[in-house]
Amino acid sequence: MTAFIVLERITMTYGGAGTDTPAVEDASLTIGRGEFVALVGPSGCGKSSLLKIVSGLMPPDSGIARVDGETVSRPLTMVGMAFQNATLLPWRTTLENVLLPLEVSRSHRGSFRRKRAEHVAAARALLKTVGLEGYEDHAPYELSGGMQQRASLCRSLIHAPDLLLLDEPFAALDAFTREELWDVLQELWQARKFTVILVTHDLREAVYLADRVYVVSKRPGRIVYERPVALPRPRTLESTFDQDFIDLVHALRDHIGEVRAA
Amino acid sequence: MISGVKLAPWLATIGLFLFWEAVCRLFSVPEFILPAPSQAIAALIQYWPAIWQNAFYTFWVTLVGFGLAVVFGLALGLVTGASALVYSAIYPMLVGFNSIPKVAIVPVLVVWFGIGTIPAILTAFTISFFPIVVNVATGLATLEPELRDVLRSLGARKIDILLKVGIPRSMPYFFASLKVAITLAFVGTVISETVAGNAGMGHLMLTASSSFRVPLVFAGLLVIAVMGVGMYAIFALVERRWVGWAFRGAETS
Repeated sequence: MTAFIVLERITMTYGGAGTDTPAVEDASLTIGRGEFVALVGPSGCGKSSLLKIVSGLMPPDSGIARVDGETVSRPLTMVGMAFQNATLLPWRTTLENVLLPLEVSRSHRGSFRRKRAEHVAAARALLKTVGLEGYEDHAPYELSGGMQQRASLCRSLIHAPDLLLLDEPFAALDAFTREELWDVLQELWQARKFTVILVTHDLREAVYLADRVYVVSKRPGRIVYERPVALPRPRTLESTFDQDFIDLVHALRDHIGEVRAA
Repeated sequence: MISGVKLAPWLATIGLFLFWEAVCRLFSVPEFILPAPSQAIAALIQYWPAIWQNAFYTFWVTLVGFGLAVVFGLALGLVTGASALVYSAIYPMLVGFNSIPKVAIVPVLVVWFGIGTIPAILTAFTISFFPIVVNVATGLATLEPELRDVLRSLGARKIDILLKVGIPRSMPYFFASLKVAITLAFVGTVISETVAGNAGMGHLMLTASSSFRVPLVFAGLLVIAVMGVGMYAIFALVERRWVGWAFRGAETS
């Protein structure tokens, strides 16, 4: 697998170097193209900061971030992002929310009007794959939390980004809805094979979805453990009760226990 | 339940007037101290031609001042909210300016423009300008950081973020400020007419009180209050029409 994302000895402090305990310290990792990687760790450990560094929204104090062979020095375009909060625009319908990236992104905005019919068809198809068929013209407030998050996933993928950054996207959902959305995400990823970095503090979620899991220590965030997940795909809820799955979650849990105690 | 909520403002208003009427009669309050509502309404009928003429004048002066405040307030609010630099540069100035009692600047306006319509328009403008600027700027400046990140990571231009997200998002704040601003605009106009006017409700009430026709003063106050409530209601309706999503979202959560 070719390296798509490389972080080399990244250190980052909010408010600039030397002002506070670094959010991230000496973090290095390599992610292959099309790989699904999860970052787990206690809250406030700088996992989200790593996402911002990868996407170029925030510069590191030291170290180098490279994506697709190029050093990240300004916000990357063609990245999809989704957060714990769905942040849909309340005055737009679900469909219009999903179309937003195509209206504003550098590579699509010029041709948006011309290709509108094509884009609308693509958005409808994507909404259908996540189970939102029939809700295209509903306002976000008419959707449940899980449905809003599905729409948010569609918005993050409509422009076919090479890289999807997910910052605890399912954290605010109830357990059943969350597990449903694992399957939605797994299916989308298997169909499209974009690269994913998923930040989460749910170890089962990490093992269920990722090819590789990194454990990040509490602040200052360091990468303390790396664990490949070789379980066959597609993973199913049934497989979460297999011994292999349970052992992996258990091993990660032990490492989290260590970093929290440290 | 719903009909109770709809009836409540009418019942409360009627109750206040009945209470006021009862107090005046019970304690035989002289009408040159506090006229009863019935006396104020009698004065309203008696002096209707003069009241109507002056009320209409006050009304359009207020609307012109308010209209200026909407145009300039919206423009300055957008500039202020869109740029952190402009925001920090002019916000203290705006607060300082808003702290100045507008009655204090009327004499200056009279020196510049003479007695009459222009000082009244400008007073209505200056008093209703501030809430519009502040609300629009707040609506723009409080964009969720996650949403900003989503847009920046798409390579969105500032102008796109402003047009697609910032402005629609600040519209509920804008319409909310209009309701406040229109009532303040009436205050501004009447202040100016009272201090330095030759027409309008302020001028009428000043003339009436200087000849102890206090019921006429109260008739004037009632007319101003009714105009204020009416305009408020109109803008509340416009708000529901244009940014109903902001209300529907709140009702379900």
